[in-house]
Amino acid sequence: MDFAGAYSAGHLKFLLKGFGVTLEVAIISIILSFIIGGAIATVRYSRITFISSLLAVIVETIRNLPLLLIIFFTYFALPEIGLKMPITAAAITALTLFESAMLAEIIRGGLNSIDKGQIEAARSSGLNFIQTLRYIILPQALRRMVPPIVSQFISLLKDTSLAVVIALPELTHNAQIIYGQKNSYVIPMLIMLALMYFIVNFGLSQIARRLELKRV
Amino acid sequence: MDFSILTDNFGLYLEGFKNTIIASVIALVSSFFLGVIVAVMRISPVKVLNWLGTGYVEFFRNIPVLIITFFFYFGLASIGIELDGLKAGTTALSIYTSAFIAEAIRAGIMSVPKGQMEAARSSGLSYNQSMRLIILPQAIKIVIPSLGNQFINLVKNSSILGVVAGLDLMYQADLISARAFVTFDVYLFVAMFYLVLTIPLSLGVHYLEKRLARSH
Repeated sequence: MDFAGAYSAGHLKFLLKGFGVTLEVAIISIILSFIIGGAIATVRYSRITFISSLLAVIVETIRNLPLLLIIFFTYFALPEIGLKMPITAAAITALTLFESAMLAEIIRGGLNSIDKGQIEAARSSGLNFIQTLRYIILPQALRRMVPPIVSQFISLLKDTSLAVVIALPELTHNAQIIYGQKNSYVIPMLIMLALMYFIVNFGLSQIARRLELKRV
Repeated sequence: MDFSILTDNFGLYLEGFKNTIIASVIALVSSFFLGVIVAVMRISPVKVLNWLGTGYVEFFRNIPVLIITFFFYFGLASIGIELDGLKAGTTALSIYTSAFIAEAIRAGIMSVPKGQMEAARSSGLSYNQSMRLIILPQAIKIVIPSLGNQFINLVKNSSILGVVAGLDLMYQADLISARAFVTFDVYLFVAMFYLVLTIPLSLGVHYLEKRLARSH
C-alpha cells in the first residue's frame, strides 16, 4: 500500500474536483426535488381525488425501485425512445426523480403532523384553503421537516456515488481513475474516499441532530 | 413492450432474481446479528465498548455502501485476497445495514421502561442475562417494522452487486441487453422483478406500523 504516492497533491486536487461535482449535482437535485416533492405532497394533501391517487401510485413505484436502476435507465434506456441527455443532466434527472418521491413523503408527513383542528379554525376564520396552507400549515410543518430533509440530503450525497455507472466525473469516479493506475493505490484511495464522505455527512448529521433537539 | 424479451431470457431473469433474494436475505440475517451486538455495545456501561459501537455506527452510516463494496471487491483483491462479486457485495451490504439496524435496536432498547432492568437485576439476574432474556426480546418486538424497512432498503441496495459482477438482477440485465440489443424493455422487466419484492414488503411494513401504533 503506497499511501504517500496515492495522496500526492495532484491526486488530492483531482479528488476535490470530483467532490465539487458531487456537491453540485447533489445540491441541484435536492433543490429540484424539494420543489417537485413539495408540489406532489400539496396535491396529495389536498386530496384532489383522481390526481392524488395517481401520484400516490407513481411515488410508491419510484420509492420501491433501486436508485441504481433509475440512473441506469435514465442514461442508457431513455435514448431508445428519443430522450438523450448528457451525463450530468441524466444524473440530475435520475436523482431528482428518486428524491422527489422521497421528499414528497417527508413533506406529506410534515403536513399531516399538523393538527386538523388548526385547518378548521383557520377556515372558519375566513381563510381559504391556499391561505390556510400558506399562513397556518406550512410555517409549522416546514420547521418539523428540516431534520428529515437534512437526513435525506445525506442519503443523496452518498447516493451520487452510484453515478459512477454512467461515468459522471464525481468523487468516486475520480478516485477510481486514480487507483486504476496502480494496485498499491487502491486501499489508500478507498480510505481517503470514505473519510471525505464521512467528514461531510457526519457534520451534516450533527447539524440535523442539533435542529431536532432545538425543536423539542 | 416486447414480452419476447422476458420469455426468451426468463432463465437469466430468474437467476438474477434468485441471487438478489439470496444476497438480501443473507445480508439481513447477518446485519441483524451484527446490529444487535453493536446496539448492546452502544448502551453498555463499559466506556471502550461504548466508543467502539458509536464509532462503528457513525462511520458506516455516513459513507456510501458502494465504497464498502469496492473495498471488499477491489481493495482486498489489491492485497491478494480475491472475493467474488456476490460475496464481496453481500458482506458490504451486511456491514452497511448493520449500522442502521444497530440504531433501530438501540432506540428499541431505550423504549423499554427502566423498571424492567431494575426488576430483572433485583430478581438476581446478571446484567447480561437481563439484557438477553428481558430487554432484548421486548426491544426487538418494537423494532420489527423498522427491520422490515431495512429489508426493503437491502433489496434495493443489493442492486450494487451489478457493479461488481455479483450475478444479481442488475448484472443479468446487463447480459440480456448486450444480447438482445435493447435496453429499455430489458430494464422495465427488471423493475417489475424488484417491485414484485418491494411492494408487498412495503405494504406489510405499513400494516405492522399501523398495528404497533394502535397497540400503544
